[in-house]
Amino acid sequence: MELRRRVLGWSTALVMVLVGSIVVSAAIGPVGIDPVIVAKSILNSLSIPTDIHTTPATLPFVEWTIPTPSVSYTPLFGFDVHGPHESIVVDLRLPRIALAATVGTGLAAAGTVMQGFFRNPLADPSIIGVSSGAAVGAVAMLAFPAFFPFAELHLAAFVGALATAGLVYAIATDGGRTPVATLLLAGVAVQTFLGAVISYLLVHSGDSLRAAVYWMMGRLRDSTWGDVEFTLPFVIVGVTVLLAYTRELNVLLLGEEDAHHLGIDVERTKLLLLLVSSVVTAAGVAVAGIIGFVGLVVPHMMRLVVGPDHRILLPTSALAGASFLVLTDTIARSGPVEVPVGIVTAAVGAPFFLFLLARKEVHAL
Amino acid sequence: MIDVDSLNVSFGQTSVLESLSITIQEGKFVGLVGPNGAGKSTLLRSISGALSPDAGQISIDGKPISTLGSRAQSRLVSVVAQDTAPAFSFSVRHFVEMGRTPYRSKFSPPDERDRQRVDDALSRTNTTQFADRSIDELSGGERQRVVVARALAQNTPVILLDEPTASLDINHQVELLSLVADLTAGGKTVVAAIHDLDLAARFCDELCLLADGSIVDRGSPAQVIETTAVERAFEIPNVVTRNPVTGTPSVTAIERPDEPSSLPDRIHVLGTGPRTARLLTILSTTDAELSLGPVPPGDIAAVTASDLDMSVQQAPAFSTLDAQHRHTLRSSIEAADAAVLVEETAAIPIEAVSGQLRTLPTAAVIEEDQSKSTTREAMHDVVLTDDGTSDTVLDALTALSVDSTSDTATVSPSS
Repeated sequence: MELRRRVLGWSTALVMVLVGSIVVSAAIGPVGIDPVIVAKSILNSLSIPTDIHTTPATLPFVEWTIPTPSVSYTPLFGFDVHGPHESIVVDLRLPRIALAATVGTGLAAAGTVMQGFFRNPLADPSIIGVSSGAAVGAVAMLAFPAFFPFAELHLAAFVGALATAGLVYAIATDGGRTPVATLLLAGVAVQTFLGAVISYLLVHSGDSLRAAVYWMMGRLRDSTWGDVEFTLPFVIVGVTVLLAYTRELNVLLLGEEDAHHLGIDVERTKLLLLLVSSVVTAAGVAVAGIIGFVGLVVPHMMRLVVGPDHRILLPTSALAGASFLVLTDTIARSGPVEVPVGIVTAAVGAPFFLFLLARKEVHAL
Repeated sequence: MIDVDSLNVSFGQTSVLESLSITIQEGKFVGLVGPNGAGKSTLLRSISGALSPDAGQISIDGKPISTLGSRAQSRLVSVVAQDTAPAFSFSVRHFVEMGRTPYRSKFSPPDERDRQRVDDALSRTNTTQFADRSIDELSGGERQRVVVARALAQNTPVILLDEPTASLDINHQVELLSLVADLTAGGKTVVAAIHDLDLAARFCDELCLLADGSIVDRGSPAQVIETTAVERAFEIPNVVTRNPVTGTPSVTAIERPDEPSSLPDRIHVLGTGPRTARLLTILSTTDAELSLGPVPPGDIAAVTASDLDMSVQQAPAFSTLDAQHRHTLRSSIEAADAAVLVEETAAIPIEAVSGQLRTLPTAAVIEEDQSKSTTREAMHDVVLTDDGTSDTVLDALTALSVDSTSDTATVSPSS
């Protein structure tokens, strides 16, 4: 089938671009490393699960011991790589790159879904307030850590993001229906309100002002494998679910009433799409801060290239989002002074997008 | 096939449909007609399940629609909206393929039957040649055919159309509606809201006239499209004639005249041809009782007069009036408070007596009969020399009935 061939062709090409981006990115840094060594180091770090066994674990607070599954991994490759280089690649650069790829995938996929969902080219993953909510959670925690004795930054941001999305959805829902226009406006209103809250928190954040501002500009610096472990499951599961709904997304593009007449359970599908893309976005934003533009522009770029059919648009956008964020983050950290990646995504993405626009007129989604 | 039972729908405080009940037979093409805001679209949206009614029940094929999920609903009903202006550039084939959504499981690619249905739908709507084009490159008429193709691919027993021809040119209107009318031959039940009464009368098997959220009339087009029902629903004077080309009823709405203060109660019209027909339609909007004659049978004035339910004196064409007809004419004119001669009308029998009529209209007819001279004084004559507008005709008549001394008023084209 023609479509399947196109999806496969584009995805293969974009996976190759992503792999290339990762290798190049890992090679660049204060210590330049030969890309071949980089590739070998990356391959060495790959391992596959080979054994599952359970170990007893004690739940916190209650004295219950339950068996917990744990997985053993076996490395796949054993290339001989000069020690410090492998360590630089795998322990320092790769977590950051993997996180960029993960967050980029999630943001671009969620952005594609939101634009289709709202049938609005200006929609982006945070349109219903996910980013603002995350920022409130994160900044509140940075400014007043005393109020958050248990939480970590990720969790505060994640909870803030999802609570905001839920609030916006609840405000916009009336009698079992959630009109998209109401959702959009409720999202704008709540974002504006949360903007005020963030400003207030910043004013009173004292010494943590700098940290808070950096967080809000997007922060992939000092990423750890722990960050990747936090985000990756959400992104994998979420994007998989979204991929299963590409046909519904196409039908939703015809308008909600048409979609209903074509047998789509519109309100349920909307809730699911909204929930999943919010969770994916929140998982990304929670660890990487607010990285704008990826979710807005990458889907548009891919739409100009592959067309509006979500069956091909969503997977290609997700893959392109990964490469885009890996490459922009590489730029962000290779200057004389490292800049927050959000600045680079906007600075690089906007001109590139304008270049595409100039070449191909955009009539509509 | 479709059972609507005491349906109530309101938007906020405004009640749109009030205890509306209707049963639609299988295989029929039913047109919903009525003024804007009558509830046509609301009824369609209720049947399709897009709206949940406040009260009442709708079942299709015996299944109550409100208890079905959207997937089950979409296997019973497909909908063609007024104008599916696409904000996207899907290919026509992909668009029609979406009609198969209710039948496809989540991950399976379209199977052989899906493809077959899509191909059939494309060829039946004569859109196969666009299959690989993007839908936003098509013209309005082509696009509507593609939307019908999607409804066909959906393979539902019921197809609903909401003003499918509203934004189309006449050629595409006729093309689309005859396509839709053909579908009923295949056993589909079609319900369409159509605001163009003539088109609805021409293509539908049955019409349902709605006004203010309830059904005013229902039946065959010839039954429903008649002056009083149309006037009741649309609140405008109108003339229903038979379209000579299609043989179906044709409605002409007439601007409501500024109520003339006093018109003659009874008006007799002498004349033939289109101009007379036009005068009759203008006069028919007033309360005056009208009569016409003599006219040859089949003359447009005679046809119009019988469409308007007025008494018509018929006389053979190409002959002078015999004594019987003269007598009838005389008594018609005597019975009337005013007589109107439409000048320069085309045919016999007016021509037969035109020598006198031209100079002294009406009265000549009377005097020739050597009868009462009083008749002439009681008579008021209007000579319609050219296409007078309804206002000028009515003004002249009003003047005559007020000033009974004048004999003749001439209505000229308004300048």
